[in-house]
Amino acid sequence: MPKDNGIGASPKRREDVRFLTGRGRYVDDIKLQNQCFAVFARSQVAHGIIKSIDTSEAEGMPGVLAVFTGEDFTEVGGNPAGWLIHSRDGEPMKEPKRPVLAHGKVRHVGDAYAAVIAETYEQAVEAAEAIDADIDEQDAIVDMAAALANSDNLVHDEIETNQCFDWGWIEDNRAATDEAIKNAPHVTTLELINNRLIPNAMEPRASTADYNPGTGHYTLYTTSQNPHLTRLLISAFVMGIPENKLTIIAPDVGGGFGSKIFHYGEEALVLAASKKLGRPVRWTASRWESFLTDAHGRDHRTTIELATDKEGNFLAFRTSTLANVGAYLSNFSTVTPTILHGTVIAGNYTVPLTYVNVKAVFTNTAPVDAYRGAGRPEATFSVERVIDKCARELGIDPIEIRRKNFIKKEQFPFLTAAGLEYDSGDYHALMDKLEEMADFDGFEARKAESAKRGLLRGLGINTYVEACGLAPSNLAGILGSRVGLYESATVRVNATGNISVMTGSHSHGQGHETVFPQIVADMLGMSADDIDIVHGDTSKIPFGMGTYGSRSMAVGGSAIVRATEKIIEKATKIAAHMMEAGDGDIEFNDGVFSVVGTDKTVTFPEVAFKAYIPHDYPIDKLEPGLEETAFYDPGNFTYPSGAYACEVEIDPDTGKVTICSFSAADDVGNVINPMIVEGQIQGGLGQGIGQALVENCVYDENGQLLSGSYMDYTMPRADDMPFFNVDQSCLTPCTHNPLGAKGCGEAGAIGSPPTVINAVVDALSHLGVTHVDMPASPARVWAAIQAAK
Amino acid sequence: MYNFVFEKPTTVAEAVAALASEDAQALGGGQTLLPTMKQRLASPAKLVSLTGIAEMGGTSSTGDVITIGGGVTHADVAAGGYGAISKLAGDIGDPTVRNRGTIGGSLANNDPSADYPAAALASGATIKTNARSIAADDYFTGLFDTALEDAEIIVSVDFPVPLSSNYQKFEQPASRFALVGVFVAKFADGVRVAVTGASEGGVYRWTEAETALNANFSADALDGLSVSADNMISDLHGTPEYRANLVKVLTGRAVADC
Repeated sequence: MPKDNGIGASPKRREDVRFLTGRGRYVDDIKLQNQCFAVFARSQVAHGIIKSIDTSEAEGMPGVLAVFTGEDFTEVGGNPAGWLIHSRDGEPMKEPKRPVLAHGKVRHVGDAYAAVIAETYEQAVEAAEAIDADIDEQDAIVDMAAALANSDNLVHDEIETNQCFDWGWIEDNRAATDEAIKNAPHVTTLELINNRLIPNAMEPRASTADYNPGTGHYTLYTTSQNPHLTRLLISAFVMGIPENKLTIIAPDVGGGFGSKIFHYGEEALVLAASKKLGRPVRWTASRWESFLTDAHGRDHRTTIELATDKEGNFLAFRTSTLANVGAYLSNFSTVTPTILHGTVIAGNYTVPLTYVNVKAVFTNTAPVDAYRGAGRPEATFSVERVIDKCARELGIDPIEIRRKNFIKKEQFPFLTAAGLEYDSGDYHALMDKLEEMADFDGFEARKAESAKRGLLRGLGINTYVEACGLAPSNLAGILGSRVGLYESATVRVNATGNISVMTGSHSHGQGHETVFPQIVADMLGMSADDIDIVHGDTSKIPFGMGTYGSRSMAVGGSAIVRATEKIIEKATKIAAHMMEAGDGDIEFNDGVFSVVGTDKTVTFPEVAFKAYIPHDYPIDKLEPGLEETAFYDPGNFTYPSGAYACEVEIDPDTGKVTICSFSAADDVGNVINPMIVEGQIQGGLGQGIGQALVENCVYDENGQLLSGSYMDYTMPRADDMPFFNVDQSCLTPCTHNPLGAKGCGEAGAIGSPPTVINAVVDALSHLGVTHVDMPASPARVWAAIQAAK
Repeated sequence: MYNFVFEKPTTVAEAVAALASEDAQALGGGQTLLPTMKQRLASPAKLVSLTGIAEMGGTSSTGDVITIGGGVTHADVAAGGYGAISKLAGDIGDPTVRNRGTIGGSLANNDPSADYPAAALASGATIKTNARSIAADDYFTGLFDTALEDAEIIVSVDFPVPLSSNYQKFEQPASRFALVGVFVAKFADGVRVAVTGASEGGVYRWTEAETALNANFSADALDGLSVSADNMISDLHGTPEYRANLVKVLTGRAVADC
């Protein structure tokens, strides 16, 4: 086995050579001959009736080729939600149409109501400013509770309510959960906010459409995490362009964090414009457009109750959540606060009863959708915060109360109260590892030392489990998914023995181009250097579902394993023929086929060559060529888990929180490339710490985005981060995929926010502080200290 | 960005003449103006760059007074070894900002969260323009407002050298401008305390603290003082009460570190 770049090795990321030397090729780098530019006219008010849009002046301006408004798209379909959620009363969710361009009404600041296509970008900007829109401003609907209370002012008049759905999980457990909480010896209640976030991918969204009038074929270069899903949405729902006439290319993409899973109206607009003009039409978002129009994340208001006995044994969790979906339903906006949230509310625990209620609310804000972790960070934050509060109320150590309620190693597979069957895990081992990493015994001494410097030190503990590796298609379908959630791979062995792997997963920072070849290299006994990954182009890859939900390795990687197994199976037959032996007598090890009990061998490249030059070949039994495709549909979600600890110091005079140390023991299942996994964990931790301490998306009561630039939206920076102490050695393999991999992309972002806030509250608990909302900014922490005085 | 005419004079006199035309705007390092223009929120017809004027470059020190040219970058001030002022300059923005931004530009813009106004006011600096000398106490007239007339250019700034001084900046988390910044300068004839970032009126002197510190130059001298939250800035990053608190906390720290 090539230990240097097979499974378990940490070769450096091959994609970084081009990224770090400016040789990446992003959508905006693609210049097409005769291209022209699209610029959007966007609403400056959060809620308004479009009385008229006068485009005449804009149309006459220099360089202007076309102007579009919502009127031009009344015949095309709406951008749909990907999951159908039913309310507790059995009614389907409300699904107002999401048009390409706003029509009739504008519903959030930044909502595009017109677009100009011009010869140059500057001309398009000038003309977009000249569009005269008469918009009758309405009162903005921003606060979720007020939106539900007020049926006179509606985001979507046609659905007669601002509520999208009222969802219960598991509805059959509701009465028993209520009863358990009513009769419990102890109930801890916590109201909390999961703060709204703006994704801030480094590369803004961009789309360039190229319609060829000679062939009737459209090519769309776009910043997508899942080009086939985008094509499916455009073809089947929005524009009706046949899939054979539409190629989607998502080349190098500079980060997504969820926000580029979704199809956006700008993609449809440039396609329509390119068709109309017969020229390539391009659009790249300004940073302010990213702030205003990328799908935001989180934004839950939750009340959670934890019922226990006097000893701290968990009896029931009950939550009630308002989830903001913004002005329109983005593609995953309905699954994120429901299935991806409610099904993990039992956490790592044997708690017998859980019940989750989520009311999704339309508001005059940007759409809210999946963002790194998507629903599971919200669940974990609620559960782990209330556990910490409960432990304090009962006077039980926060580690002890978690250990007391952990699912034990021998209990797996374990069907939780929230309805998922966790296949594997060892939460006690993770906690043991954490205790070893974080030196809890030394905490009191460190706290005393901090106190000498006038600082308050706190220790936060947290555990998490997530359901990822999305997802078994059949189960997803039962739960409301309108798509399948398998993944595809084609392994093409070229005639001289090197390999191209076409994957439906999409890499936009994850490192697939490095890590996927390690799998094939390991299986075929060859160097990963001879294996390349092809992704992101629907004309080159099999139908794939893309990258999100920590699914690329567990699902996409498994598809590559299945396709490679087929390659080995066929190659074995060819090898048997070459060595005049029976198929059953062939062994394959380290890239060499041999006949058992003889010294006859052929190498994998020799077999490949034979497959493409099939002279003296069993042509009556076997096709030439060596290329196999597999679609892998997982048997279950995967369940990564972890135990985290964080120490903070708080300056009581200013409220500033500094993270002193952060330890993370994660079980992500089998690890293919430890370096990349560590990087993913660190990135997730950084993003979660960002949510916990600095990031906050704020709209004012008029629906204006106050945090609309980097002057006011705080991105976490390197100097906000501690040195991370991470470990992935306590692993339990996933039991149902061939790699035993669980996923690592979202873990850090799920586990870290409650860890940080638990530490902040621990530092302030002697003052009587029981909760601090995120972000625990200096001003907010100082105010909490003052309020407790 | 809208189109504009660009001029780069080599003398102050040429610059003043160039700025005489309608909608002309002086351009220092451009760290505020250019982003504003890119957002199409400003559209000067003409930009007059002040970065090619030799009279506005360079710094010098007599021992009692440090003179910094209006066109000197933050990076050059940071490297100058001028105590608290150099430390302040070295903590402005990031390397890009410090290598382009100038002291003249900062003082002319008078952003309520900028650092230099606190240094100038606490130091009792003199702002020297092409036309006159303006005492710092007369120069800062409100938010983004100064005593400068149209087409008046800051040629240099004289900073009297204090016995000791210190600048404490509590950063706004997103922009890393001063959420509140306090500059304390102790001179033989008294203590001056200037506060930036806090007040809706822009940079100001905290005279109660000066009085207390003149009697007893120690952080303890501030114990009995309270800072009113009236007229303090309220935004996403701090309430008026929070800013008032920071004024006192940072003043105490500046005194302690003087």
